[in-house]
Amino acid sequence: MTSELNQQEAMELLRTMLLIRRFEEGLIQTQKSGISIGHFHVYIGQECTGAAAIALLEPQDKIATTHRNHGHLLARGADPRRLYAEILGKAAGYNKGKGGTLHATVAGLGFLSTSALVGGAVPLAVGAGFAAKQLGERCVSVGFFGDGVLEEGVFFESLNMASLWKLPVVFMCENNSAGALGQSAGEYPGSTIATKQLIDVVAPFGVPASAVDGGDPRAVRDVTQQALARARNGGGPTFIEARTVRWPGSRPLWPELSTGETDVAFAWEPDRIPMAHRDWFANDGLIRYVRQLFDAKLANTKEILALDATVRADLAKAMRFAIEAPYPDPASALDDVFA
Amino acid sequence: MAELTYIEAINSALREELARDRGVYVIGEDVALGGPFGATKGLAAEFGERRVVNTPISEGAIMGLATGAAAMGLRPVIEVMFVDFITLAMDQLVNHAAKLHYMSGGQLGIPLTVRVQQGAAGNGGAQHSQSLEAWFIHVPGLKVVMPSNPADAKGLLTAAIRDDSPVICIEHRALYWTRGEVPDGEHTIPIGRAALRRPGKDVTLVATSRMVEVALEVAGTLANEGIEVEVIDPRSLLPLDLDTITASLRKTGRLVIAHEAVEGAGFGAELLAQVQEAAFDYLDAPIARVGAPFAPVPASPVLEQAFVPGAERLAGAVRKVVLGA
Amino acid sequence: MREITYAEAKVEALRDVMRADRRVCLIGSYFLGLSPRRVLLEDIRKEFPGRVFDPPISEGGVCGLAVGAAMAGLRPIVDVTTASFLFHGFPQVINEAANVRYMSGGQLSAPVVFHILHGLRGGGAAQHSHSPQAMLWNTPGLEIALPASPRDVKGLLAEAVHSDNPTIVVDHARLFEVKGEVPEELFSIPFGRAEVKRNGRDVTIVASSLMVQRALEAAGTAVAEGIDAEVVDLRTLVPLDKQTVLTSIAKTGRLVVVDECHRSCGVAAEIAALAAEEGFSQLKAPVKRVATLDVPVPFSQPLERYIEPTAEKILATIREIMR
Repeated sequence: MTSELNQQEAMELLRTMLLIRRFEEGLIQTQKSGISIGHFHVYIGQECTGAAAIALLEPQDKIATTHRNHGHLLARGADPRRLYAEILGKAAGYNKGKGGTLHATVAGLGFLSTSALVGGAVPLAVGAGFAAKQLGERCVSVGFFGDGVLEEGVFFESLNMASLWKLPVVFMCENNSAGALGQSAGEYPGSTIATKQLIDVVAPFGVPASAVDGGDPRAVRDVTQQALARARNGGGPTFIEARTVRWPGSRPLWPELSTGETDVAFAWEPDRIPMAHRDWFANDGLIRYVRQLFDAKLANTKEILALDATVRADLAKAMRFAIEAPYPDPASALDDVFA
Repeated sequence: MAELTYIEAINSALREELARDRGVYVIGEDVALGGPFGATKGLAAEFGERRVVNTPISEGAIMGLATGAAAMGLRPVIEVMFVDFITLAMDQLVNHAAKLHYMSGGQLGIPLTVRVQQGAAGNGGAQHSQSLEAWFIHVPGLKVVMPSNPADAKGLLTAAIRDDSPVICIEHRALYWTRGEVPDGEHTIPIGRAALRRPGKDVTLVATSRMVEVALEVAGTLANEGIEVEVIDPRSLLPLDLDTITASLRKTGRLVIAHEAVEGAGFGAELLAQVQEAAFDYLDAPIARVGAPFAPVPASPVLEQAFVPGAERLAGAVRKVVLGA
Repeated sequence: MREITYAEAKVEALRDVMRADRRVCLIGSYFLGLSPRRVLLEDIRKEFPGRVFDPPISEGGVCGLAVGAAMAGLRPIVDVTTASFLFHGFPQVINEAANVRYMSGGQLSAPVVFHILHGLRGGGAAQHSHSPQAMLWNTPGLEIALPASPRDVKGLLAEAVHSDNPTIVVDHARLFEVKGEVPEELFSIPFGRAEVKRNGRDVTIVASSLMVQRALEAAGTAVAEGIDAEVVDLRTLVPLDKQTVLTSIAKTGRLVVVDECHRSCGVAAEIAALAAEEGFSQLKAPVKRVATLDVPVPFSQPLERYIEPTAEKILATIREIMR
C-alpha cells in the first residue's frame, strides 16, 4: 500500500522534522532571554507524526489543530518568519498578533481553527469534512488533537456524526502521555481515561482505528495513506492514535531545554547522548529517522549536518526578523471583530 | 403582502434562502421532520435531506460542525431547539464561532446563523423558559437579533443568513402563532436598525421581542389616561441603534426599558448605562427597567404568569416615570 | 496582625475548611493556576489523602458530578481552572446547580463551590481570558464571590463552603502576590457586604476582584491632583450590597464603575444602571464605565493592553468625571 520514499522525499521529510525541532528549541531560548511569549506548548518528540502525515495531504485538504500547533503549521509550509512573528505578537504575524502561539493559523494553507480548548477543534474538523462532502470537493479534513480530548463529551458527539454521515475526516490523535509525570510533579497530567487503549472507545462507532508508533514516519505514513484514501473514496472517517513519549523538556509547565539542543550526531555517535536522557533519545523519532537514513545510505553525515546548519541559519534569520518586527498599532485591537 | 404566522414567516425566509443560495444549509435536531414548532416544515421535501440535515442530539458538536462548515464557505443555519440547550454548545459558540474571525486576524469568516427560541410560555419550567440574550450581547463577535412580529421574523432571519458574521436570531415561542402582514418574496431588514412602533411625546418605552406586544397594549391603555407613549423596538440588540433611542429620549425626556429576561446584567442594564451616559442632560426622571424577577422560571401556570412582566406592571412603571412616585 | 500573601491566605482557607468539615473535598487542584506558588497546595494533598481528586479533562462531567455529590451531602470545591473552560460546564452549572433548589420547591440543595480564575493574564488570548461573572449574574440561583485582598479570599472562600447555595468563587491570578493582614483563625465574611476599601469624598469608584487593586492605585495617584476618591469593593455580586454603593454616591455624587468583564452587558452595566435608576437625584454627572473593550481578547501585548482596564484609564476617567 505504501509507496517508499525516494531520496529526495526522504530528505525533505528530514528537513521538515529538523525545522520543527529547531524552531521550538529557538523559541524556548528566546523566551529564556526574557522576550514575552505567554504560555506555550511544544511539539518536540512528535515531529515524525505531523511531518509524515501532513506531507501526504493535497493542497485543498483542511487541518484543524490545537495549542500544540507549531509543528503542523511548519509541516504544511508556514513561513517561520511570520509564525515566529505571530508567537511574539507582532503585526507581521499570520494573525496580526491577535492569536499568538495558542491560535496561530494560516487559512491560505487550509488551516481552520487552532483551538486552545481541549476538544475544541474536533467538531470543527468534522464540520469541514461535512462542508467538503456537500460541496463535492475532493478534500479531506484532518483534526489533530491530544489524547486528553477523549475525556471530553464533544469528542464522542463529533465521532458519531462523522461516522453516521461517512464524512471525509481523519481523527489524528497524538497521544503524548507516555512518560508524563502528572501535576504533582509540576507537569500536565497524562491520559485519565478508563479504557485500556484509546482505540477501543472508537470501535463501537464503526470507525476504523489503529495505533502506531508516532516516532516512526513510515508507520504514520502507512496508516495516514490508508485513512486519506478511505476518506477520498467515500469510506468515511478513520481514527489514528500516534503514540509518542513525552519530551522531558515539556515537563515543567514552562518548556525548558532540559535535554540541551538535540545534536543530530547522536544518531551515529550514541555515546555523545547525555546519560540522563539516553532513554528519551533512544525513542526520539528524529534521531531514529536520521539513523535510518544513515544506515540506508540515503544520506551521509556531512549532508545531514549541512541540512541542519541551513535550517538553523534560516531560523536564526527568521527569529531576528520577528524580534525586530514592529508590534501592531494598539488601536488595531478593535479590528476584525466582525466580517 | 400575505398574512402569515411568525413561524410561517421563518419558514418562508428559510425556503427562499435555500432556493437562492446553494451554500445555505439547515441543520439541527429533527429539522428534516419540520422541527418541533414547524419552522422547517416541508423544507426537506423541497430541498432534500442533503441540505436540510437531521442531527443527533449533540448541541455542542452541531455548533462546532456548523462553525467548521461556515469556515469552509457554507452558510449553515442551525436550530437549537430551546435557548436553555445552548448551554451545551457554549464552548463552541463563545470560544470558537464568535472568535475565529478575530483570533485568525481576519483570515477566517464564519457566516453562521443560529436560530433559537426562548421565553416563558406554556409552563416549560426552569430549564425550558429562560431568556438568555444578554449572554450573547456580552460575547464580542456575535450579532444578536430578536424579531417581535412575523414581518421582522422573515426580514431579520434573511439578513442574518446573508450576514458574513455569526448571528443569533432569538425567536419567542409565545409569538410563533401570532399573525401579521409579511411582504411577499425577498424581504430583508438591515441588522442594527430599530423600529418605531408607536409615536408619542411623553415617555419612550423600549421593548424587545414579546414585550413589544405588551408595550403597545400599555401605550393604548395609557393614551386613555392622557399619557402618550412612544414605543421603540430595537429589533437588533447588537449592533444597537442607540441613535433612534436617544433621539426619542431627547423629545420625551423619559425612558422605560422592558424585556422578559431578568434584570441583573441584562440588556436593560446595558441600554440604561449607555443612555444615561449619552443623554444625561435630557433625562427628566430616572430611567426604569422592567424585567423578570431574579429567580429561575417557575412551572405552574399561576406562577409563570406572575413571573413574566405583564401589562399591569409595565403600565405602573411607565406611570411612575411620567407622574413621579 | 501578621501579613501574608494572597496565595498563602487562599491555601490556608482551603486547609482550614477541610480541617473543620470532613464533607469538604477538592475536585481538581489548580487553585493557584500556573503560579510558582502552586507548590503551596502540596501540603493540602499530604494532609488530606483521599480528599483531593485529579479528574479527567471533562469539565461538564466534573461539574455535574460535583453538583450531584453536593446534593447527596458533600461540600465539594470544584476547580474549573481557567474561566474560559467553564463554558463546557454551563449545562451543569446553569441548568442544574442554579435551578435545583427552586425547581424542587426547596426540597433539594446543591452546596457546591465552583472555582475559576478569570480575566486577562497576559498573553492568554481569546480562549483563556474570560470573565464570565456577568453571564452568571444573568442566571439567578448562583452566589458569586470575587475576592480582592488576602483577608477577603480567606473569609469569602470559607463563607462559600458554609453556604447552602451553589457558589462561584471568581478569582484572579494577578492577585496572588498581593500582601495584607489576615487573621490566623478560620473566619467567614458574610456575602452581600461590600467594603469601602478607601474613604473619599469626591468620586466613588466601584470595583471587584483585581480591579479593586487597580482602582486603589488610581485613587492613590489622584490624591496628588487634589481628587479624593472612595473605592467600594463589591466582594459579592449575588447577593449584591446595593446600599453601600448608593450611600457612597449620596456622599460623592459621582460614580466610575471599573470591571474586567467585557463592557457590553457586563458587571459595570448593571452597577451603572442601578445607580442611575436608584441614585439618579444624587448624581452630578453621568456614570462612567471603565471595562474591557468589546472585542475578543487579542494575544499581542500592546493590543491586550489597549483593551484592558488599566489604572491609567481609571485615572483619566476620574479626571473626566470631575470636570
